[in-house]
Amino acid sequence: MSLSSLPVTAGGRPTPSPRRRVPGEARSVAYLYILPAALIYALFVFIPFIHSIYLSFFKGNGVTRMEFVGIDNYIDIVTNPVLRSAFVHAFELIVFYSLIPIAIGLFLASVLHRSRIRGVAFYRTALFLPYVIAPTAIAVIWRWILAPRGPLNSFLEAVGLGALAQPWLGDFTWALPSVGMVGTWVMFGLVLALLLAGVQKIPLELYEAARLDGAGPWMEFRAVTLPGLRYEIVVALVLTVTAALRNFDIIYVMTSGGPGNATVVPSYLVYQQAFKVAQIGAAAAMGTVLIAVIVAANLLIARAGRRDA
Amino acid sequence: MISRRDTIVGYLVLSLAALISLGPLLGVVILSLGEPGKVGIRIDIAKATNFGNYADVWEKGDFGAAIQTSAIITIVVVVLSVALSIPAGYAFALMNFPGRTAIFALLVLGILMPLESMIVPLYLDMRRFNLDNNYWSVILPQIGFSVAFGAFWMRAFFVQSARSLMEAAWIDGANTWRTLTKVLLPLARPQMLTLAVLFFVWNWNDFLLPLVMLSGSDLQTAPMALVNFEGARRTDFAYLGAASLITIAPVIIVFMLLQRSFTRGILAGSIKE
Repeated sequence: MSLSSLPVTAGGRPTPSPRRRVPGEARSVAYLYILPAALIYALFVFIPFIHSIYLSFFKGNGVTRMEFVGIDNYIDIVTNPVLRSAFVHAFELIVFYSLIPIAIGLFLASVLHRSRIRGVAFYRTALFLPYVIAPTAIAVIWRWILAPRGPLNSFLEAVGLGALAQPWLGDFTWALPSVGMVGTWVMFGLVLALLLAGVQKIPLELYEAARLDGAGPWMEFRAVTLPGLRYEIVVALVLTVTAALRNFDIIYVMTSGGPGNATVVPSYLVYQQAFKVAQIGAAAAMGTVLIAVIVAANLLIARAGRRDA
Repeated sequence: MISRRDTIVGYLVLSLAALISLGPLLGVVILSLGEPGKVGIRIDIAKATNFGNYADVWEKGDFGAAIQTSAIITIVVVVLSVALSIPAGYAFALMNFPGRTAIFALLVLGILMPLESMIVPLYLDMRRFNLDNNYWSVILPQIGFSVAFGAFWMRAFFVQSARSLMEAAWIDGANTWRTLTKVLLPLARPQMLTLAVLFFVWNWNDFLLPLVMLSGSDLQTAPMALVNFEGARRTDFAYLGAASLITIAPVIIVFMLLQRSFTRGILAGSIKE
């Protein structure tokens, strides 16, 4: 760097001694700056994570001796219908947490791209609120709304759709979609706010140009809105897909995996196997597969985002 | 051209969306003031006058102690996590050292890691060292997760805005610590605030970690108190409504006050670059 050859700085002070190094050159003091954060992260996140992978090759309750069983716990996840269904449910929840909110958000964003709205802060606060409050509280609130004699069924009866009323969370068919719908409610405002912020940044001239070229609404969406929102869509996918796969609190409070095993998800099974039935290895294997799925999903999203660029 | 009609449609659609977001919450406010007991499942705004529900729930659910526990844990986590994220992000952004890329990659992996993937050994080790059932058993792992995102977030800020400032400060003879504290930190205040709000919300709402770590003690966080209260009175909906609102009130207050900082954090996305 040429700056180091300057004899005197603007302030008139003498040049720093030549032993001082420019930023960007190797500095061992950097390790000191990183140490506190890295140490706590290593001790309480990373090393337990590695330890968990190790435990996943054993069977036992974690107190007495653990027995090495190779990849049996992983084979169980593929062959045991309950364990396997947890991942199927997690993927079904992605539809509700991610795809439905993004579809709604894209539709509304393309409808609203021409309006410049004032008072955005108020709307943003309202739209973000479900994402901010504790999932445990959301679960309690929605257990009330979905209760057999709760507001949703009362509403359906009041508008003459009483035939559709269900014991939502107690029904084998409806329990998972009901829990998913809660996810849709939590996520749609966040996604909408994200996409609206993005669509307002697309220059109106691009829409005018598309119109002059004779593009209809669908072409306009494909050629202008969708590419313009690429970055926001990637962010929305990362946040919502990860939330769908990690979902623990809502299942724990609303259904405990039931009725039967209709709403078991991976994170709930990790908790149940480790702390209710003391199957430490099985729980660890479940957790390891879960993180593999989450990392793979995020890599896929990142790659798709880059390819569209 | 922006037409009047487009703007009106815009307001209508946004108002409807805001109503869908707020509707269930407004419903719970009315619910929480209704008659306690099973009849409370139907909300009636004319009868929503039982303000005593809050005092009852506060006492029966032991919410005073729970809010205090949550506040202690969350404030310690927020302060320490922000304090540790800054120097880490600074070093990753502006200094060169062997292993930088690898260490950073391992740290950032923590942003994606679900707690479920390490809760089992975390609990076993905490119990082995008799660290379970106290504040630190929740605080330390929460800091570990928080600094993963925090270092990433602060690094992004320092990379974008600090390089030339850093060089200028260095020419003036400031060392790395003085440069950070006197030159860069005053500029980083908005980023630090965003980080603090995000940490507050995430860690206040956290449920699985305290559930596991504090299960053998009298300590409970606010979300734990809510779930325990809910388990004991599953059909007493007026009380459950009040308990939910007590649990989320601190986060809603912080969010309302610092809404800008929070949305900036989310809208900037956790994956820029």
